[in-house]
Amino acid sequence: MIKAILIFNNHGKPRLSKFYEHYSEDTEQQIIRETFHLVSKRDENVCNFLEGGMLIGGSENKLIYRHYATLYFVFCVDSSESGLGILDLIQVFVETLDKCFENVCELDLIFHVDKVHNILAEMVMGGMVLETNMNEIITQVDAQNKMEKSEAGIAGAPARAVSAVKNMNLPEMPRNINIGDISIKVPNLPSFK
Amino acid sequence: MPAPIRLRELIRTIRTARTQAEEREMIQKECAAIRSSFREEDNTYRCRNVAKLLYMHMLGYPAHFGQLECLKLIASQKFTDKRIGYLGAMLLLDERQDVHLLMTNCIKNDLNHSTQYVQGLALCTLGCMGSSEMCRDLAGEVEKLLKTSNSYLRKKAALCAVHVIRKVPELMEMFLPATKNLLSEKNHGVLHTSVVLLTEMCERSPDMLLHFRKLVPQLVRILKNLIMSGYSPEHDVSGISDPFLQVRILRLLRILGRSDDDSSEAMNDILAQVATNTETSKNVGNAILYETVLTIMDIKSESGLRVLAINILGRFLLNNDKNIRYVALTSLLKTVQTDHNAVQRHRSTIVDCLKDLDVSIKRRAMELSFALVNGNNIRGMMKELLYFLDSCDPEFKADCASGVFLAAEKYAPSKRWHIDTIMRVLTTAGSYVRDDSVPNLIQLITNSVEMHAYTVQRLYKALLDDISQQPLVQVSSWCIGEYGDLLVSGQCEEEEPIQDEVLDVLEGLLVSNLSTPVTRGYSLTAIMKLSTRFSSDANSVVSIYGSSIDVELQQRAVEYNALFKKYDHMRFYSEHCCFVQILPALQVQSTHPPCFTGSIYTSSLFYRFNLHVLYYLVSLLFQANDLLDLLGGNDVVPVIQTTLPTKPASAGGELLDLLGDLSLSTYSKNGLKIEFTFERANPNPNIAVITIHATNTTEADMTEFVFQAAVPKTFQLQLLSPSSNIVPALNQGSVTQVIRVLNPQKQQLRMRVKLTYTHKGSPIQDLAEVNNFPPQSWQ
Repeated sequence: MIKAILIFNNHGKPRLSKFYEHYSEDTEQQIIRETFHLVSKRDENVCNFLEGGMLIGGSENKLIYRHYATLYFVFCVDSSESGLGILDLIQVFVETLDKCFENVCELDLIFHVDKVHNILAEMVMGGMVLETNMNEIITQVDAQNKMEKSEAGIAGAPARAVSAVKNMNLPEMPRNINIGDISIKVPNLPSFK
Repeated sequence: MPAPIRLRELIRTIRTARTQAEEREMIQKECAAIRSSFREEDNTYRCRNVAKLLYMHMLGYPAHFGQLECLKLIASQKFTDKRIGYLGAMLLLDERQDVHLLMTNCIKNDLNHSTQYVQGLALCTLGCMGSSEMCRDLAGEVEKLLKTSNSYLRKKAALCAVHVIRKVPELMEMFLPATKNLLSEKNHGVLHTSVVLLTEMCERSPDMLLHFRKLVPQLVRILKNLIMSGYSPEHDVSGISDPFLQVRILRLLRILGRSDDDSSEAMNDILAQVATNTETSKNVGNAILYETVLTIMDIKSESGLRVLAINILGRFLLNNDKNIRYVALTSLLKTVQTDHNAVQRHRSTIVDCLKDLDVSIKRRAMELSFALVNGNNIRGMMKELLYFLDSCDPEFKADCASGVFLAAEKYAPSKRWHIDTIMRVLTTAGSYVRDDSVPNLIQLITNSVEMHAYTVQRLYKALLDDISQQPLVQVSSWCIGEYGDLLVSGQCEEEEPIQDEVLDVLEGLLVSNLSTPVTRGYSLTAIMKLSTRFSSDANSVVSIYGSSIDVELQQRAVEYNALFKKYDHMRFYSEHCCFVQILPALQVQSTHPPCFTGSIYTSSLFYRFNLHVLYYLVSLLFQANDLLDLLGGNDVVPVIQTTLPTKPASAGGELLDLLGDLSLSTYSKNGLKIEFTFERANPNPNIAVITIHATNTTEADMTEFVFQAAVPKTFQLQLLSPSSNIVPALNQGSVTQVIRVLNPQKQQLRMRVKLTYTHKGSPIQDLAEVNNFPPQSWQ
């Protein structure tokens, strides 16, 4: 079972925190700080497994993490999950985010936290892996987003317009119009009197 | 009231804050705005406000006032509202708040909604944070959805069922019929979650396990299809078809095949196939292989398969990828108990992993190395482990040191090697060893009598090099105190120290800032002991500490000084009754006779008790006058029995024996002599057991001898029956009787004694009072 999924940046600021077991608010923040401490000390080319910190269950739980550019993705799991499998799951998660946000970067996660939660909800439910097929996940998320947009009414018009334009199937605009050398014969017009 | 700002705006604003205080201020302002907006019961913007609240919750600010708002959102008709509402419920609510029960009705309605996504949301929330009451109420709905043909809902319902079973195990039966055709699904998502559900049910109930065993052929078939099928773009991860599902199925097969021969046999082929065919260049392949190996080790597989599995693990150890090496070490640790020999083959690789830079790998390799140590490889392994101890991080040193001690104790090929090893540990990682290793080491040294000289020389040398490691210093000072004569007696292989040098070193320990109070106690005692063995005088050193701030040291110094002063001439009776030599014998905790442990520092109280006994014994040597002064005279003339305790220092020296020899003869009149002897040989320290011995020096027997005793009110007395009533003449025998006195208030014992007997035909009666019991008998 997955106990918690945490995403934070290189300075320890949380970008997403989802706990599948109940902890009080203070404990949650402490866990985030403790996990950041443990994970940030790691060198670049060591293995991606760590013993869990004291607050999150000590040596029974493992921290499996991956470091992408400025973000750490940390999954805290117990012994019933396959460690190497979770590593692959993190990879699938990040690839899904990439597809949904088009070249995802940290800013996307900052400004669209709720969307990230929705994507995660399609992958992991109640601490257990729900779906691992990237396309399937994206289809579901898109369908739900469409439902949201259809409810948005007037306020959603600009957003709808933008997405309509995005989805338009325009033929490729020619970049260079090379007409070639046209010599236009100018007729000798009598001057007007 | 202006429209509340969007989430995006809020985030942007917060990001401009330059300090924590500024951020807190902004958030407080926004919280106030949100609160007033909530009060206005505005439906339009509630969704936006809750989204902002969730963001602030993630940053660590309190957000509980939004809980009810989440409920209102859930009850709304719009999908957008429901989505945020359920998310908020999952993040902010949990079983402990009563509010969550209000959700039950909403969830129930949503589980029956026409839109599948709404149903999905409800299932998701129930599966994440549903309490047992909620689960009980809604289990029926979940079960219905488990049977639906909609694969999106089916997979969510399966995981929700797992959560329900975890919360309310009794409901497991309810889901049984729905699982009938779960495995015949084509959709991988449903397959995956169904396998999770089956795994959970099998793990929880042995009956279910038996029931589902018949699914093994089906599972094997699915696995086969996954491996054999060609490239399927949908489920492909780095060239392998749905590795997540493969791993799950392998895990379920493991649970089903455990301790069952038939199922294990059915799986053998497919496991061998997976093990040999899976590509190992990427992490995915290794994940599957790893799961296969674990399954092979757990079920009743044939031996060829097991050897294949361990070889795969061995190959993992040589892999470049750190993660693979880590998981390989972890699983080898699990299998080392059952397949010890097979794992031994990879010992050299494991020992190499000790030198890895990665902390996690080093720890696993260390644990595994200790598990692999046996009588054959102890020397080689210990060399590697000691080298590791030298160079490893401090967080490992304590565990490594304890491991080395344990291994050395079990498999040491010779005493000298054992002592060398322990000394090496003390010198390299001395400050990290556990407290109890000091007495253990002292015990070990005492037991190996022939090694005393060698040990004390090496320890002395180590002490000269470095006095910062406390356990080493403590052991060294104890040894020097005990065997100092061996150190200066000419047996030294190298440069031999003279007595003054040794005393200087010990003095240096006393004054050094690096020494803890415990160490100082050790060295003070050692100096005192040496004062009997060496001819030079250690008095001056000891007496300085009579005014030390440390109470323990002060007490010891004063007491030692008292010993020196009063019984100075005893100092040289070192062959026979040197009381100072008895001191170690007195500090006995008789757990392992005849050896003793020098747990001086844990029993300073005990030590003081011993010292009183010491005083008493010493005083026994002197004339009656002295004793009278000590004990206080009375009308009964005491005749002292001078029994010298002549036990040598290294004997078992149990305290009880010494006390047992104490006797005090308190009555002697008309030829009848009565001796009192004391014991405290029972578990209750408040009870003193006194035995009287009555002897008769006259020519006629004393018949009808009755001994009666009375004690003050605070005591309780129990007289057991005497050995006989006749005290034979001319000391030909004695009458003994046991008296038990309960002295809970530890007061001075006094006894009034009445004696009646018939001597030469005439009855004689006598009264006496005994006040001069030694303190040890009643303390």
